[in-house]
Amino acid sequence: MLSYVLRRAGGIFLTLFVLVSLSFLIVRLAPGGPFDQEQALSAPVRANLERLYGLDQPLLVQYGRYLGALAHGDFGPSLRQRDYSVGELIAQGLPLSAALGLTAMVLAVLLGVGAGITAAVWRSRGADLGLAAVTALLIALPSFVVGPLLALIFAVHLHWLPVAGFEHGATRFLVLPVITLALPVAAYLARLMRASLLEVLRAPFVRSARARGLGATRVLWRHALPPALLPVVSYLGPALAFVITGSLVVESVFALPGTGRFLVQGAIDRDYPLVLGMVVVYGALTLVLNFLADIACGWLDPRVRNE
Amino acid sequence: MSEAAAAVRSGLWSDARRRLLGNPVTASALGALCFIALLALLAPALSRWGYEHLDWQHLAAPPGLTAGHWFGTDRLGRDLFVRTLYGVRLSLLISLLASAVSFLIGVSWGAVAGLAPQRTDALMMRFVDVLYSLPYLFVVIILTSLFRRGSILVLTVALGAVGWLTTARIVRAQTRALRRREFIEAARAAGVPPAAILLRHVIPNVLGPVAVYATLIVPQMILFESFLSFLGLGVQEPQASLGNLIYVGAQEMESATWMLLVPATFLVVLLACLNLIGDALRDALDPREY
Repeated sequence: MLSYVLRRAGGIFLTLFVLVSLSFLIVRLAPGGPFDQEQALSAPVRANLERLYGLDQPLLVQYGRYLGALAHGDFGPSLRQRDYSVGELIAQGLPLSAALGLTAMVLAVLLGVGAGITAAVWRSRGADLGLAAVTALLIALPSFVVGPLLALIFAVHLHWLPVAGFEHGATRFLVLPVITLALPVAAYLARLMRASLLEVLRAPFVRSARARGLGATRVLWRHALPPALLPVVSYLGPALAFVITGSLVVESVFALPGTGRFLVQGAIDRDYPLVLGMVVVYGALTLVLNFLADIACGWLDPRVRNE
Repeated sequence: MSEAAAAVRSGLWSDARRRLLGNPVTASALGALCFIALLALLAPALSRWGYEHLDWQHLAAPPGLTAGHWFGTDRLGRDLFVRTLYGVRLSLLISLLASAVSFLIGVSWGAVAGLAPQRTDALMMRFVDVLYSLPYLFVVIILTSLFRRGSILVLTVALGAVGWLTTARIVRAQTRALRRREFIEAARAAGVPPAAILLRHVIPNVLGPVAVYATLIVPQMILFESFLSFLGLGVQEPQASLGNLIYVGAQEMESATWMLLVPATFLVVLLACLNLIGDALRDALDPREY
């Protein structure tokens, strides 16, 4: 198990390194810079700015400096949002984004696993067929359509919840965003759960458990469910990536002051350190969750860790 | 006799066609897709309004028959029917081109890796694994942030540059299976250079299964394009894309529901049709299913 964990951890660092290097290279090799504005800066001003931010150094030196600073948790200054460092900007939005993403993940797992078990147990009955239709619909609908539609129904017409915006400490502003973010993931998890539980329920060890006279409930919860959860657990990594990407849209739809807008605004302004910092943070987050999901899989299933 | 004739006629492709058109859901999805594509192609001729034309008499007019604004207008008095169809046009164009780009990269990368020596192959596929584990819309966002915003070319290349990973995996697996086959060995023994083996013997043989997968890339690309345009990183005003129309609609939905519902309906129907057809095509060409 330990060697499995170490191998996976090594893989993460490699991937993160490739991600940082690739993003850094792409950003620096492209034409155009953060100081290209409508009004051209005079040459000395431009030179001073570039020297201040170290952009006049050779590419390799810049790369080395960036990596060195990154190792100390320093993402550098934002080029456009004056007086803020990228780290400060991210720290400003991250609590809200993390709360949004985490709640959505938990809700998605609860809903998805619950619906999947229901569908598998009452296979081919009304509940199963209804869930199949609903999950197909939810997977097909993009979140930038679902979000506005939910707001239209529950905020504009029914006045149950606010349309958009955020006030500190008011959870009602987060209800619709969390649901929008969770629904497609829940739908996908429900499908996975249903398929894998149905397969396990047909397995010989479940039949022999039944043959030994164990009750249906006990067979389901103690024997069938743990192995059936495996595909669900291994999907959690990709699901997080999905939630993170989705949160860009959801934060924009519901005007939430999370980190998503920094990535979008940074991309529009060509604020390199900001975009790079966001990619590193989100990339690291995705990788760490993938790692945890891998470990959980290895723990659940010895075949995985001995591969 | 007639049985034998029937057996001759039922090849892979004719079987597939029968299965596709025999399924009412698939057939209607195909019909709806053709209808939407036709509307999008004919968009300039279907209405007397241009997509940039400002009709000051009808600002934010609701859908109706007045003045030929069937699906209403936006805040600036631009006809929503025409703008939505132009959006469909642009989305289809970008997604088809991006799919082609990703197809090209994926097939070349996968085929080269499949034929290459063990170590090169491992390195190339490890690179694919690494890219796989990243939230790759971020990479697209980086790419679009580098060039002039709203450039169709940049958008296409950026989307294509990240969509090729699965294609590469499929092609590489197929090539791996092919490379030990007799006809490849014969070609090699006859002294055919590797590049020619790749182009003449390997690629034609892997195209079939990959082409089916490619039909499922198209809706994904439409989704990504709309996603970026929704965030303001893709197609820019005054050009219309389904993504930026939905964005405007979401801003205006409290007073003008149609501005959201019209482009959203088109996007959802388009995605649903493409996904249904892609899935059906995959099933139809897979004999194990029957």
